[in-house]
Amino acid sequence: MSPFQLFIEYSVLGIAAGGVYALIALGIIVIFKASHMFNFAMGEMMMLSAYFFYAASVTFAFGPAIGLAIALAGSVAVALLIERVAIRPMLGRPFIAVVMVTFGVGSILRGVVGMIWGPNEMQIPAILARTPVFLGDIFVPGRTARAFAIATTIVVALIVYLRYSRAGVALRAAAADTVTAYSMGIDVRKVVAFSWVIAAITGCISGILMANVNTLTPHLGLVALNVLSVVILGGLASIGGVLVAGFIIGWLEAITVLFLPTEYREITPYILVLLVLLFRPNGLFGKPVVERI
Amino acid sequence: MSVATSDLSDRTRTAENMLRIRVGILLLGLLVLPFVAPGYWIFFAGLLGINIIATQGLNIMMGYTGLLSLVHAAFVGVGAYTVAVMQARFDAPFWVTIPSAGILAAVIGLGFGLPSLRIRGLYLVIATLAAQFILHFVFVHWESVTKGDLGMTVAPASVFGFLLNTEVRVYYLILFFVIISTIFARNVINSRVGRAFIAIRERDLTAQVLGVEIVRYKFIAFALGSMYAGVAGGLLAYFNRYVNPEQFSLFLSVFFLAAVIVGGMGSILGAILGAAFMTILPEVLRGVALMIGGGFGFDLGTILTPLRETVFGILMVAFLVLEPRGLAELWNRFARRWAGKAKPSSH
Repeated sequence: MSPFQLFIEYSVLGIAAGGVYALIALGIIVIFKASHMFNFAMGEMMMLSAYFFYAASVTFAFGPAIGLAIALAGSVAVALLIERVAIRPMLGRPFIAVVMVTFGVGSILRGVVGMIWGPNEMQIPAILARTPVFLGDIFVPGRTARAFAIATTIVVALIVYLRYSRAGVALRAAAADTVTAYSMGIDVRKVVAFSWVIAAITGCISGILMANVNTLTPHLGLVALNVLSVVILGGLASIGGVLVAGFIIGWLEAITVLFLPTEYREITPYILVLLVLLFRPNGLFGKPVVERI
Repeated sequence: MSVATSDLSDRTRTAENMLRIRVGILLLGLLVLPFVAPGYWIFFAGLLGINIIATQGLNIMMGYTGLLSLVHAAFVGVGAYTVAVMQARFDAPFWVTIPSAGILAAVIGLGFGLPSLRIRGLYLVIATLAAQFILHFVFVHWESVTKGDLGMTVAPASVFGFLLNTEVRVYYLILFFVIISTIFARNVINSRVGRAFIAIRERDLTAQVLGVEIVRYKFIAFALGSMYAGVAGGLLAYFNRYVNPEQFSLFLSVFFLAAVIVGGMGSILGAILGAAFMTILPEVLRGVALMIGGGFGFDLGTILTPLRETVFGILMVAFLVLEPRGLAELWNRFARRWAGKAKPSSH
């Protein structure tokens, strides 16, 4: 295979992975828009959802369809619980304190999953067909391609939904000016809870997709840390930028393998995030809204 | 907490004297501890001392200046590796290696902090998280220097020809550094610099209007905190006499984070209490797991780590939500009640 073909193939693979990144990033951004808080527990929420799916579809043998429904319901319930117990009491407290709370929540979720399911790899039922997809000469593994298709569809659907629905308008109103939103009759607390529901849904689906493409371990949540660069590059303020940013980061991550030894793969996301912080801290499309000092 | 140093009223002066007496008694107790306590305690006291130094550092950054850092474990690692490598390569004595450990950690800390310290909050958190993973990666993969996963053994420190080859002897070295670093932290906080830190934490824009050079003081706080981590790491190398990458994972960073939160952000006493609490807690958990696990036939090896993570997380969330001023505040409240009269607190 010529180097150029190799480059194209890796690029396609990377962009395909970027679709799922965008889905995870969307969950983080929606919460940030609604309440100006950053959820570092996103990865753990994702991982927990995948374990819910495993428990429902394998342990209790409900099959994938009902398993998905149960996983979604469980994820939403956990997200609402987190919001109610740990996040809402922190209203009006310093940004950093809320970030630390989400770290604590992440630690709890990781620990609970570890205690219940143990540290070993698990195989969730294959919901994605393995037959590869060919784009011309380029070979794309079946599960990666389908995960990409599903993730991208959901991201686009959610972007459209948040753009045109009443809930979406309420969300943007709350993001723009909390006090005015309140006075216009928008229940901002409900908007925040709603944003956690959205995050739970994107987390659940991306978790199951990730567990399908790779395997299910308690470390699955670490993927969400890769997504930090997507979130920053997409711009915390813009929901639309997230898809493009997801593709770019996925692509960059994949092609670094061509230039660097394979072990560098584990830290490319972090090098990328530092580079993004250095060069595009406001994101690709973001306005410079970051409060500088 | 911050007693004005210039015009002490009578009451604060007596309070100051009381504090001196108490600290004196505590120090005396710590000095004779190795003669009366079992060896197991000394081991713990040493570990606790190292954790106190590192927590003091994080408290300066996070508790006083409001800079959340998740790279603290890796800076402890930088300190530990500095000692190990300098000793292995140049046979350097401890009074060279420990300061180098602190300085190198501070320099690397500034390197990672530089792009993000100018901007607020979130970006620094993300940059430090990235730094934690990158430094850990360096520990594992820069094998020509760190020997990778194999780890490095460290020869005992020699203080003026006196070999620190037992736990008791290292204990005294650690105790010395704990005292120095606590006094230093206290003096920094009670100085102009410390007041600048607190001003930045409370409201950075106001601080700037009042003439505080925010970026400069953020750099100072970040460098200082990283230096504490480096020194703690250097001591850890002499204490364990073994350094490997596994010791400095993100888990340890979260451990220090929890220690600062549980102890009480922005309190010297809090850093000490938090470090003590978090050092003892895993042992208590192990004991409880042994007791309960014996009955149910749990596999202790697999359940202990996630149990620890769960409890750390619960503590962080509970303290942040219910008592953000931490154990230090509970301690003060208890001390006030114990003192009897309901006189107003002195801070």
